[in-house]
Amino acid sequence: MRPDPGSPQLTRTLALQIRRHALRMVTQARASHIGSALSIADIVAVLYGAVLKLDPANPRAARRDRFILSKGHACVAVYAALAETGFFPRAWLDSYGAPDSPLLNHISHSVPGAEFSTGSLGHGLPFGAGKALALRRVRAPSRVFVLMSDGELDEGSNWEAFMFAAHHKLDRLHAIIDYNKLQSLTSITRTLGLEPLADKLRAFGWAVREVDGHNHEALQAALGEAQPGQPSALIAHTTKGKGVSFMEDQVAWHYRSPDAAQLTQALAELEAHHA
Amino acid sequence: MRDAFIAELVAQAESDDKVVLLVGDLGWSVIEPFAERFPDRFFNAGVAEQNMLGLAAGLASEGCRVFAYSIANFPTFRCAEQLRNDVDHHVLPVTIVAVGGGLAYGNLGYSHHAVQDYGLVRMLPNMLIAAPGDPQEVRACMRYLADSPGPAYLRLGKAGEPSLHAAPPRVSPGEWLTLREGDGSGRSFLCTGTTLAATLRRVEADPLLAGHAVHSLPLWGARHKARQLDQLAAWQAIVSVEDHYADCGFGSWLLEAKNAAGIDTQVTIEALTPPPAHPLSPSLPEGAPTCP
Ligand SMILES: [Mg+2]
Repeated sequence: MRPDPGSPQLTRTLALQIRRHALRMVTQARASHIGSALSIADIVAVLYGAVLKLDPANPRAARRDRFILSKGHACVAVYAALAETGFFPRAWLDSYGAPDSPLLNHISHSVPGAEFSTGSLGHGLPFGAGKALALRRVRAPSRVFVLMSDGELDEGSNWEAFMFAAHHKLDRLHAIIDYNKLQSLTSITRTLGLEPLADKLRAFGWAVREVDGHNHEALQAALGEAQPGQPSALIAHTTKGKGVSFMEDQVAWHYRSPDAAQLTQALAELEAHHA
Repeated sequence: MRDAFIAELVAQAESDDKVVLLVGDLGWSVIEPFAERFPDRFFNAGVAEQNMLGLAAGLASEGCRVFAYSIANFPTFRCAEQLRNDVDHHVLPVTIVAVGGGLAYGNLGYSHHAVQDYGLVRMLPNMLIAAPGDPQEVRACMRYLADSPGPAYLRLGKAGEPSLHAAPPRVSPGEWLTLREGDGSGRSFLCTGTTLAATLRRVEADPLLAGHAVHSLPLWGARHKARQLDQLAAWQAIVSVEDHYADCGFGSWLLEAKNAAGIDTQVTIEALTPPPAHPLSPSLPEGAPTCP
């Protein structure tokens, strides 16, 4: 296990690596969803760099924390984090998009460190609640983190799970909502408004916090915070495409993949911003 | 059948603390023996089948052997994708326990008629269908599932079915059980699920059918077609019997198995036929408003 919290300096460097890998992977694979991956890069970096208790040498260790990516289309961010933290060789990332690659374009449980295959939305939270229920029965110290999208909250299965988890006081279950205000066709507001989201989740019995989803100090303080007897929801306010000026807040980058010039520009922007 | 199921489940839970029962707010006067004896392993997920199946998969991924109990269409069609992605794709030890297979719920109507469930479940490559023909086969299937955990669909009738075997038979996926030997003329009925009792009565009552053998096939599914070939080849003519539509049902599964191997056994399917269509608004009255 790696119980020592990484410093914000370390997790910011991890986030930079995640963004670099994610951009290269979708470019080489001509794949979609780069905006979604950049949106969660900081959350994923803080989770893997400072919060999750994991052992890359033993990805199925009984006492590990469980992390489920419910928005499976943003998988490149998680594959990059798994490679950077030692779950598999970085070279595997180069296979992304190849016909025989284990790294499918929605997260796959055949990849070391990935708990659960998703891709259809609304599956992660019920599954995570089941894990939390099982882990409580055996008094395991493990926590269960489920990273969800905002558009995903349209799915009724999530609200079934919100009810169940609060009723059963699953206080080791953590939902993280990547609230970038965009969904697949247009904004959340113009599709199915979620506000008042925090109040909704509180009314469902969850302990709710809100955070800037790109601020590493704030994320590190908030992720894993829990109230006894209540499941926790962290609403992370994010920007889709974060870190690359021409991708930020643009629905088009849910679909498009960068060309060579765009990749060069995007990588240059990341370096300049990090320096 | 329901009572045999719960008795067997309680017996298994006594010796295996990984056995967990989920219900979708159903099972009154059936599930109490388990719920009272193992309150920490019994969860009513409420009227929320998508979540129930996700919970089942999550529990199973942590080593639990999960039984998810409901009326047949609810834990299948209502949450087909959870069954497909969460349970079947991850090959998790979750048994859907479906009561009211076929037309068992009669006048409760179409919502409660499970006449397409085999079709859904048999498309999922890792699911084992367990459709026992009597309470003894229920016990036998439950014991098989305990020894070979994996994704499964246990399809039960209701209550009060007669016992047709003296004791729980030995069952194995794809393997026919002999209920009646026949006269050597090479003709047999092959039943799955609760059609077994009626078929036996019919053969015993009808002199024209007296020479037929009767078999039951309680365990089958996508991975068990090859096992049919030797058994089919030993017979001249098989009549498959199921309380399910012919489309995508048991008989069509058997035909797919037969055709793949080019066996010349004659297979006849006895199955349910959908009733004539009954539209909500058969005709609009004179002068009724129409959509612009
Ligand atoms: Mg979004």
